[in-house]
Amino acid sequence: MIDWMGLWTSYGWPMTLMLGQIGLIIGALLFSVAYMTYAERKVMGAMQRRQGPMTVGPFGLLQPIADGLKLFSKETIIPSQAHRAVFLLAPMLTFMLALVAWAVIPVSPGWVLADINVGILYLFAISSMGVYGVIMAGWASNSRYAFLGAMRSASQMVSYEVSMGLVIVTVLLCVGSLNLTDIVEVARPWWLQVLLLPMLVVFLISILAETNRSPFDLPEGESELSGGFMVEYSAMTFALFFLGEYANMILMSGMTTILFLGGWLPPFGISFLGFVPGVIWFALKTSGVLFFYIWARATFPRYRYDQLMRLGWKIFLPFTLLWVIVIAGVLLAFDALP
Amino acid sequence: MAFDRLARSFLLTEIVQGMALTMKYFFKSKVTINYPYEKGPISTRFRGEHALRRYPNGEERCIACKLCEAICPALAITIEAEPREDGSRRTTRYDIDMTKCIYCGLCQEACPVDAIVEGPNFEFATETREELYYNKDKLLENGDRWESQIAANLHAEAPYR
Repeated sequence: MIDWMGLWTSYGWPMTLMLGQIGLIIGALLFSVAYMTYAERKVMGAMQRRQGPMTVGPFGLLQPIADGLKLFSKETIIPSQAHRAVFLLAPMLTFMLALVAWAVIPVSPGWVLADINVGILYLFAISSMGVYGVIMAGWASNSRYAFLGAMRSASQMVSYEVSMGLVIVTVLLCVGSLNLTDIVEVARPWWLQVLLLPMLVVFLISILAETNRSPFDLPEGESELSGGFMVEYSAMTFALFFLGEYANMILMSGMTTILFLGGWLPPFGISFLGFVPGVIWFALKTSGVLFFYIWARATFPRYRYDQLMRLGWKIFLPFTLLWVIVIAGVLLAFDALP
Repeated sequence: MAFDRLARSFLLTEIVQGMALTMKYFFKSKVTINYPYEKGPISTRFRGEHALRRYPNGEERCIACKLCEAICPALAITIEAEPREDGSRRTTRYDIDMTKCIYCGLCQEACPVDAIVEGPNFEFATETREELYYNKDKLLENGDRWESQIAANLHAEAPYR
């Protein structure tokens, strides 16, 4: 005789709850991605003194839904020379990795799917794996453009991960924990925040490179590679790459918020703003970083490939290394180690 | 000098200046219009879709002199004429191939009675090529539909002709 009730309370109910939470996160994420594309078109339009999408719905607000429907209803073309399995696996992997990383992002105290104590390590590992999707797509397409795009992407992501890792190390030095909730909640003195400011700048530039966004969008550079690693992808496979890229952008913005901008806490420790729920602060700060993404895209021309590598290896890497030592030294000298 | 340059590149001055510029434009007014719902002004000399006009009493202006057919550099106009029952000279056929027309406006310059004119309409895209082979009925219908604007434009341009 099986104890059905016990099975339900000990396994069934927690699992339903977890699936519900996962569904909630994915739903919110897909919604944000859809409206991120809308915001991007509107903001870039405004910066170029255009109106942006205006036709579908009031102020073009239904445009992302129309775009999604279009992509759903189109035909997925698989090139005859492509490696079918890998070709189809690549977009799924990219999209999956973009979603999986959200498991450890705390949007408010306790609002996190998995509060693991090496959260930042997990995040870093998952975001590094994104390069596999790109490489697989480039190789399986069996096209020169796609392959060149994938190779560029791989070297770019690897280069900028080095300095990103060092930036994260400086933050961890100041916090003394790998848990994302702790990283937000450990109080940092103001002079430490000032010292971390250059690291914030380096991190902001590195996440542009890490997510292959303009001005570091060489892997998909429209003008030279006509779409880079996703040149052979259409319809849903393309949509998965697209969703993955934007979900990664939101993820990186969330990461910046957690590491540098104080997560769900009100800005500058102003306590009377505490009545606003933490989720709202988190969303606002993340939106701010996302706005920076779009702003940078509307402002800068694309980097040349050697300039990109020079920036990554000859400027960011020595600078972040130096700054790790400076911050570690300051923490030791002022006895401020956490 | 070298220090100055180093400091500038590390403080990202040019990057910040560039971003300040785009931010300035972000708050400027837009220069585009919401086209199908808003339209920009067009000149009274605008050369759009052709129309054949009538006199106020309903009589068609065209007297089949064929000057427009003769001057048309794209050979887009085809006219056939016969005396009508009352003895006046009128066209039996007046076709314009809108796919050939180059919208140079020479036909309306040549017309002695202001019968063929290029009106202010530029939204006459069609789904098939055949719909762009205009005949006399279509052109007269255009004339009736756009008469008020065409007359106003011709009046405004009269001092310069």
